[in-house]
Amino acid sequence: MREGAILEMRGICKSFPGVRALQNVDFTLCEGEIHALMGENGAGKSTLIKVLTGVYPKDSGQIFLKGYQKAAVIRSPQDAQNMGISTVYQEITLCPNLSVAENMYIGRTKGFVQNWKAINAKADQVLKSLDIPATATQQLASCSIAVQQMVAIARAVDMDCKVLILDEPTSSLDEQEVEKLFRLMRDLQKKGVGIIFVTHFLDQVYEVCDKITVLRDGKLVGEYAIKDLPRVQLVSKMLGKELDDLSDIQSESETYTAEDAEDAIFETENLASTEGIKPFDFYIRKGEVTGFTGLLGSGRSECVRAIFGADKITSGTVKKHGKPVKISHPIDAMRLGIGYLPEDRKRDGIIGDLSVRENIILALQVMKGFFKPFTKAEANAFAEQYIKLLDIKTASADTPIKSLSGGNQQKCILARWLLTHPEYLILDEPTRGIDVGTKIDIQKLVLKLASEGMSITFISSETDEMLRTCSRLVVMRDRKVVGELSGEELTQTMIMNTIAGGEAKQCSPETIQ
Amino acid sequence: MQSRNNTVSELLMKLFRRQIFIPIAALLLLALFNLIADPSFFKITLGTNSAGDPVLSGYLITILDYGSELAILAIGMTLVTAASGGQDISVGAAIAISGSVVLRVLCGSNSRPETLQAPIIVAFLVSCLVAMAFGAFNGTLVAYFKIQPMVATLILFTAGRSIAAWINNNELPIISEPSFGYFGGFIPGIPIPTPVFIAVACMIITALTLRFTNLGLYCQAVGINDKSSRLNGLNPAFIKFLTYVILGLCVAVAGLIKVSRLSSINYSVIAKDIEMDAILAVALGGNALSGGKFNMTASILGAYVIQFLTTTLYKFNVQSDALSAYKAVVVIALVVLSAPIVREKLTALKNSLKKQPAAKEVA
Repeated sequence: MREGAILEMRGICKSFPGVRALQNVDFTLCEGEIHALMGENGAGKSTLIKVLTGVYPKDSGQIFLKGYQKAAVIRSPQDAQNMGISTVYQEITLCPNLSVAENMYIGRTKGFVQNWKAINAKADQVLKSLDIPATATQQLASCSIAVQQMVAIARAVDMDCKVLILDEPTSSLDEQEVEKLFRLMRDLQKKGVGIIFVTHFLDQVYEVCDKITVLRDGKLVGEYAIKDLPRVQLVSKMLGKELDDLSDIQSESETYTAEDAEDAIFETENLASTEGIKPFDFYIRKGEVTGFTGLLGSGRSECVRAIFGADKITSGTVKKHGKPVKISHPIDAMRLGIGYLPEDRKRDGIIGDLSVRENIILALQVMKGFFKPFTKAEANAFAEQYIKLLDIKTASADTPIKSLSGGNQQKCILARWLLTHPEYLILDEPTRGIDVGTKIDIQKLVLKLASEGMSITFISSETDEMLRTCSRLVVMRDRKVVGELSGEELTQTMIMNTIAGGEAKQCSPETIQ
Repeated sequence: MQSRNNTVSELLMKLFRRQIFIPIAALLLLALFNLIADPSFFKITLGTNSAGDPVLSGYLITILDYGSELAILAIGMTLVTAASGGQDISVGAAIAISGSVVLRVLCGSNSRPETLQAPIIVAFLVSCLVAMAFGAFNGTLVAYFKIQPMVATLILFTAGRSIAAWINNNELPIISEPSFGYFGGFIPGIPIPTPVFIAVACMIITALTLRFTNLGLYCQAVGINDKSSRLNGLNPAFIKFLTYVILGLCVAVAGLIKVSRLSSINYSVIAKDIEMDAILAVALGGNALSGGKFNMTASILGAYVIQFLTTTLYKFNVQSDALSAYKAVVVIALVVLSAPIVREKLTALKNSLKKQPAAKEVA
């Protein structure tokens, strides 16, 4: 083991049917270190953590812990806990209806009779030593989310943990709460605890961490000291594009930008929803393709969901042709001519057991009304038309949509919205998880529709797709709009710089190009 | 010869895979059993009743007659199951309430009136409103407060029969007017029991509703994926709510038949355990009790399967105490057979049996 290390994972491999989730990944954690584990979704962060905590058995590789001669055998979360590895998950996994002390000691007390007075006193002592603003007898639900998270940490600390894993602990906290959590993390760091910190928030990584390990597509990209890895580098490592290799893709947008077209067809003013995005302004012209970009969790989906009325709007207005309109449910947006293809196809898009035909006609049918069902012939005609138009590969229109491949399911959902002939179509990750051929088909279709006058918002995790299709990009970070790029500025480098923010502001686009 | 065999078996396999296969097969099995045990089961005779009117009688008529309430309830229960992914266990108690309301309106303040205090149609409409209001209560709990259907309807299941008794001050009203008995008995001159007509009317209305509105599509969409349905402009909560109100309407119709049969009411016994039979009818129809896609015809057939079974057991002089136990055995067999996992195994077994002889020939 490396000197000062308390945890070392070597050559970890883990496969799921059809996916190699981890390939030969090494990870080292030192004493008194806060170590960020970074990567896009699906990079293997959570799999690595689940292997470490015994949730998944590893296929191969070894885990060494300080104080153990041989490689550690971790078969269950219980084993991991006994060896001093504790995890605090994104969602609080404590019992809100029990007291703070009960939560801290549940499952750890021996015997049948408990001296709760002593336990409460002990709990109070721990809470005080960690400076957590809670008392032992308080009901957990009465504490704020941040304090609940801290109680979970206190429980881990009291269990004498050497390795503390924080899996996205800050995603539901506000700034002050995050600050409190960081203070606690630094205290623990001084006590020699090694902390693995998983987060999507770049700012937080640079505020609190010492080292960064980056994963991508189940492989280790590298381990870096925080001062050696500027933000732009980190983003490029996560996305898998070295800065040197970044040949700026020529934007083909000239043919369909409609800069000189009339005024905005839809615009938002200070729009915010219950999903925690900061109020944002946005507009789109007729025949324009815009995009929202940013890392996952930066709030790009939440923005478009707010426009469509999918989340509850808390402030701001949406205007159509300059006139304020009221969108409180998706149906309102649909009536105004907006279509929305959701990010999570399985959860929000398809209706699995219904046939391809029913899935295609659903939105138009709902708009037409409860008492006016399409006849079988009409429905079939619509379905056949779009199956042919989008080249959907299905045995028949009667096949349940869930038995289609991902790409063909996506085409069905696309067909559903095209059938409603929207003026403004929002496509949230339409190309995720589908094969390359279909991806290109969808991008081509987007450009074709725009040239016919449809306004489109296109969101994708793959920046080159956005560069190829969008004429204007809204950049988001930490649930806030941080910039807007168009024309000349539409380059990989500029996007990364804007996503990374902070120090990137110092380097102007000229110096990089 | 070979090819004809193949087409027949293919046809059978096709039928076997259809959802409606189980209730049809169950009906045929029960019919076959009765045919072997005692063919007189199928005898239908035209006689006259005490009033001198012609009536048809026989076990098949009994099944159609007494299966009516269950079939009507199965309609509403299927929709509730499809949209909310749960069941309403309060329908028995709700029938007691709506029946009690009918009697209360007909009797006025006197529990043994000489003449009806209000037209029957008025009494029925009032009971419809009350039953739909109780349906709306269940629906609100399920759809807007997101309480599990079983728990939400448990409230009315527990309290319903007391409410029914309270509506009539715990008296037992008796209606002497003969025309009130028509709904659960016979209309003079027509030899077929009236409940059969009412059930058929309900089925026709249901079929027309499913054909000329989007009720079916919406219920299924919401039951399968309510998040996605919302993003398609539906209001999932309202659709769930609506199904409970529709079930309330079914309850009112079934309640009218039930009290008309007796011209009176027994609060603790009327429509007892009918909720379980109604849920069973949905399950026997091959519909997933977790909601989603449904087949209305299969559910209604399921209701008649249950009545067929009950009548068969009565015919063989099974004591009414022991009835449930016998019923349970048959139901277990049917439900296990209709479970997808068992059907898959059976299909696989059949395929392997087919292959074996072929393999032997080669050897």
